[in-house]
Amino acid sequence: MADYDTVLIRYGELTTKGKNRKDFIRKLDNNIRGILREFTQLEYRRSYDRFYIRLNGADAEAVKEKLKKVFGISSFSFTERVDSNLDAIKERCLAIAKDSGKQTFKMITRRHDKTFPMNSDGINRAVAGYILQNTDMKVDVHHPELELRVEVHSGDTYLMSEKIPGAGGYPSGINGKVLLMLSGGIDSPVAAYELMKRGLDVEAVHFASPPYTSENARQKVLDLASMMSEYNQGRMRVHMVNFTALQLEIYKTAGDPYAITLMRRMMVRLAEQIARESGCLAIGTGESLGQVASQTLESIACINSVISIPVLRPLICMDKVEIIDLARRIGTYETSILPYEDCCTIFDPKNPVTKPTVKKAEGYEARFPYDKMIAEAAEAAEVITVHPQERESFL
Amino acid sequence: MKRRIYLDSAGTTRPDPEVLKTYISLLETHYANSESLYDEGSEVHRMMEKARSAAAGLLGVSADEVIFTSGSCESNSTAIKGVCFADPTRKHIITTPIEHSSVLNACRQMERLFGYDITWLPVYEDGSVRAEDVRAALRPDTILVSVMYVNNETGALNPIDEIKTIVRKESHAFFHCDMTQAAGKIPMSFTDIDLASISAHKIHGLKGSGILVKKTYVPMEPLISGGEQEFGFRGGTANAAADMVFAKTLRLALERQNAFAAHTRKLHDRLVKGLSEIDGIVINSPADGLPAVLNFSFERIPSEVMQNELNRRGFMISARSTCEAHSNNPSYVLLAMGCSQRRASCSIRVSLSMENTEEEIDAFVQAVKEMTEQYG
Repeated sequence: MADYDTVLIRYGELTTKGKNRKDFIRKLDNNIRGILREFTQLEYRRSYDRFYIRLNGADAEAVKEKLKKVFGISSFSFTERVDSNLDAIKERCLAIAKDSGKQTFKMITRRHDKTFPMNSDGINRAVAGYILQNTDMKVDVHHPELELRVEVHSGDTYLMSEKIPGAGGYPSGINGKVLLMLSGGIDSPVAAYELMKRGLDVEAVHFASPPYTSENARQKVLDLASMMSEYNQGRMRVHMVNFTALQLEIYKTAGDPYAITLMRRMMVRLAEQIARESGCLAIGTGESLGQVASQTLESIACINSVISIPVLRPLICMDKVEIIDLARRIGTYETSILPYEDCCTIFDPKNPVTKPTVKKAEGYEARFPYDKMIAEAAEAAEVITVHPQERESFL
Repeated sequence: MKRRIYLDSAGTTRPDPEVLKTYISLLETHYANSESLYDEGSEVHRMMEKARSAAAGLLGVSADEVIFTSGSCESNSTAIKGVCFADPTRKHIITTPIEHSSVLNACRQMERLFGYDITWLPVYEDGSVRAEDVRAALRPDTILVSVMYVNNETGALNPIDEIKTIVRKESHAFFHCDMTQAAGKIPMSFTDIDLASISAHKIHGLKGSGILVKKTYVPMEPLISGGEQEFGFRGGTANAAADMVFAKTLRLALERQNAFAAHTRKLHDRLVKGLSEIDGIVINSPADGLPAVLNFSFERIPSEVMQNELNRRGFMISARSTCEAHSNNPSYVLLAMGCSQRRASCSIRVSLSMENTEEEIDAFVQAVKEMTEQYG
């Protein structure tokens, strides 16, 4: 029985060098420790191109699930450490091979320690020969059922049989902070995922319109944020903005066709203000071109014209099908489709304008004191920090 | 009174204390209707959906593929009749004669009332069916193939992985698998399985609680008409507290699955060894079946007499499926395997759980020995 005691982590997009590389590794180190902090028995070690975690009896399966969600990891493997001597390597490789129940195998050795008396090919042949003598397994170099990896370092050798793909991308937070507009629909959590993958630390802003929107809708947004926090160093700040007063005023002033345009203009103004106050250098949205009336190029231009902060739209050219696939993969889809009203659906205009003009929008906005209302709403915003959900006691 | 020994875990099990405690406290505090809009109702709804997601996660399916039901009889009935009702143009069902009565009778009902054609797969000496026979039976008008994973009377395992692949690749039929006796006992994979039934009370959960796993692409009509509860597939106010603790029941069962396998294997081997030393005992269960179920016959005493005597001696034990317990007919499962009338009328089923001990097994073997000597 293989006795996995160490996780070997391979770094992700390390095309960077020098100081950037150091920052990358330091940030990743920090994020890994953060996400695994509940496993107090773990020991960490970092080398030039690898990161090692000693399990010391921690639940390997639970650690695996957490690591899969850490950006900046290209892949990782559970390994068994043995002393760097050929007999020890042969014995333990045989044990792993027997334990696998597989019929065919292939050896892949990397000799990092060039002082080891045998080269990679020699080690491959010696170990494979030993397995062939002691089992009914066969070597298949093209389509092996089992790939046995041996990495020889000075003193320690690591044996592993499975390479688990990591999440890729950059370590969360290395590229700064962004404020995501989180509606509770399918798109915005996917946008969060894409932004986080590029190494951004993500905060969220949500616009609620109680009593038109329910407690369920609010809880759903917090649940989504909590799911996404697993990719975001294990926490996410959510700014909850009460949007009811502005929304009512918009409908009173502008009526049906321009309501959505004005609503979005108010929202991005609020988001810009909150972003600046909380150190975010950009706003993120889940907009996808042409998906709804407010996401035509004309609408986006009309809405974008009221702010100067950069807006990142990672889903802008993605198909709905691609977005849904990704939402399913990251696990937010089923929560996103829970049928609670959000402030985009509640007033659901019959004929929203698809080609709004700045001039008309400004005309409506001149009729009510929106600056003051925005300042008040931003002032009153509630900030909630969510974490990955622990299992509730009844489950 | 002498301590009674429970050897009927395939019939039902004692609720886990942790499940029971949670259930009682939920009943007291969370009685609101999950469909009500006030906070208390929303909270029950939220918790139910959490439980659904948790159960789905444990099974490796998605949350919208988990339908809460009252147990496996309902899950089986709904799967079979519901899928048939959704597409009445195809009127052929393939199943086995060793299914639980809820599957058998649902199929017979479709035959009797709606003229469905049923193919009963042959059962071999080891108590299981063959994937090849499924392949041969498939027709263009086959709507459903229903084959149980683990037989409840013998513990025999059917080759589900092979069957599901054949059904998926070589036909347009759906595949339903009754997993009632498999859950929490052996690994389950729902890949390529279109519908599956699981019951809580077989894994130390509550009676009146089960699930039907139904993949989202499978068209199905509800058996119980009602509101939009359970995605419209099962009407009626949710049995919320029971549904909520289903997730915990399943989690606990899966957490102890390896320990269960090791423990029941040990007891099983001890039991087989003990029984094999008694003259006239024949084991009906296959050697490679689920160790938690062992079926044997003693051809000189009918099942009912053995049950009475073992009951008097302090053993809670059944002869066959508990749902068939009140019939005096020979076991249809054993008959289908090719056992004689006599052997099928003189069987006993021992079914084990984590709570049984080696001492209990020894006491049981001793009791059987004395019984055979006294009345055989």
